[in-house]
Amino acid sequence: MPRWLKPVVFLACLAPLAWLVWRGFHAQLGANPIETITHSTGDCTLTFLLITLSVTPLRRISRQYWLIGLRRMFGLFAFFYGTLHLMTYVWLDKFFDVHEMLADIAKRRFITAGMTAYFLMIPLALTSTKWSIRKLGGKRWQALHRLIYFSATAGVIHYIWLVKADLKKPLEYAAVLAVLIVYRMIGWLVSRAAPSKATSAKATPLSS
Amino acid sequence: MLIKNADDIRSSEITPKSLYLNRRKFLAGAAIAGTAAATGLGLRQIVSPSVSVLAGNMAGNTAGNKIDGIQKSPFSTTEAITPYKDVTNYNNYYEFSTDKDGPAKLAQNFRTRPWKVKIDGLVEKKQELDVDAIIKMAPPEERIYRHRCVEGWSIVVPWVGFSLSELIKRVNPTSKAKFVEFTTILDPNQMPGQRRQVLDWPYVEGLRMDEAMHPLALLCFGMYGEELPKQDGAPIRIVLPWKYGFKSAKAIVRVRFTDKQPLNTWNIAAPNEYGFYSNVNPNVDHPRWSQAKERRLGEFFKRPTLMFNGYDQVASLYTGMDLKKNF
Repeated sequence: MPRWLKPVVFLACLAPLAWLVWRGFHAQLGANPIETITHSTGDCTLTFLLITLSVTPLRRISRQYWLIGLRRMFGLFAFFYGTLHLMTYVWLDKFFDVHEMLADIAKRRFITAGMTAYFLMIPLALTSTKWSIRKLGGKRWQALHRLIYFSATAGVIHYIWLVKADLKKPLEYAAVLAVLIVYRMIGWLVSRAAPSKATSAKATPLSS
Repeated sequence: MLIKNADDIRSSEITPKSLYLNRRKFLAGAAIAGTAAATGLGLRQIVSPSVSVLAGNMAGNTAGNKIDGIQKSPFSTTEAITPYKDVTNYNNYYEFSTDKDGPAKLAQNFRTRPWKVKIDGLVEKKQELDVDAIIKMAPPEERIYRHRCVEGWSIVVPWVGFSLSELIKRVNPTSKAKFVEFTTILDPNQMPGQRRQVLDWPYVEGLRMDEAMHPLALLCFGMYGEELPKQDGAPIRIVLPWKYGFKSAKAIVRVRFTDKQPLNTWNIAAPNEYGFYSNVNPNVDHPRWSQAKERRLGEFFKRPTLMFNGYDQVASLYTGMDLKKNF
């Protein structure tokens, strides 16, 4: 990977936020700015979760194995936008009313799903350092980080349960997620069916 | 009543929409704008979305034709009116788009003349009325109403129209008529949203006869002193301020009187979420979100939602009814 690439991708990942802030200062967030902020940070979270999950299939299909070097950044950006999304809810929607939020989490299934998606990301963000991988050991670290499948699934369900009638956008996310999960499942079935290849699969784990 | 063409009116006679924006909100917006620079979150826009677009909005989406002889109404609220720009760019009008800012663009070429409204069902004389004949039935009134969406946001709109009862009285429903049903136009060629089965088209809404005869129920053909913009339900719609916004059907082509409670479109789509009555009620939550509070567009903090959206005069229509059951 060229040295300049990481900073460039980093800045590109910040572009959606920059766009949001720019629109905020130019009164371009529409009639209901808080809703616009909520929706766009939510969209970014799901998008970055799916980008993170795309790295492995992409690098295997394209044989550009260096792509793995970007994955942590994508994952952390998913967490970053997820945090902004949650903060929008906590601050601008509920005004830190803990009582109301707890009632929401218990009563509103789309909130329950969204919270689940977010809290599943926390251990992944916390153990995203090289030190954590060494400390946990590659295998355990990898097992832990499979939580991303559950987080992304909960995130998509959160969106599906939120909309009133038009399921088009949430189902687009669901379709991409399904493709990414099926890709893993096929890889997993193949490696089980051919145990001799299982050792080589270990060297470049499918789900990595 | 005369509807002048836009060219008949000197532009200096038209009150700029910017003046609808109240001063206090402007000051609050300005104050918070200072903080916004520090927080980097564009709070100015959050608090008062239209502050910095005061000018430059005169062209845009207006239907343009001023309505003459508008009378004031005792039913009007004195609350600050939501800026025109917000009411015309933030629309739930799934016939055009499920995006809030979609109808403003997609409705621009929608044809609102010639326009007939079919009156049928349990009436003495079934007929087709021209919309311009209906508009002339009574003098136009400005009714500044609160409008609460089932999604949890609200606006204050200066509608123009007259009580729906004026129309109903003139078409003589028979004594068997217990309900009235309103149908929105079905025209997928003009309404791109109808090319997808997001809802069961055409859009249908209904009222009990006594609800429809209540003076607050408005037959509406204008707002902000002008003809209705296309994205807000032109050429003719109903406005029921004590009910969630979706009950206020737009672009009506049929009014049918019936003895059975009509099905309404959102009730067909999700019967456990949207009832026939759909009165604004902070004590009955939507199954998926709370209805206790609402965000008035342009305001930062949420405000409590009021029973019947604050229109207590309709309460007597529902005495003895379990409003949790009849949501």
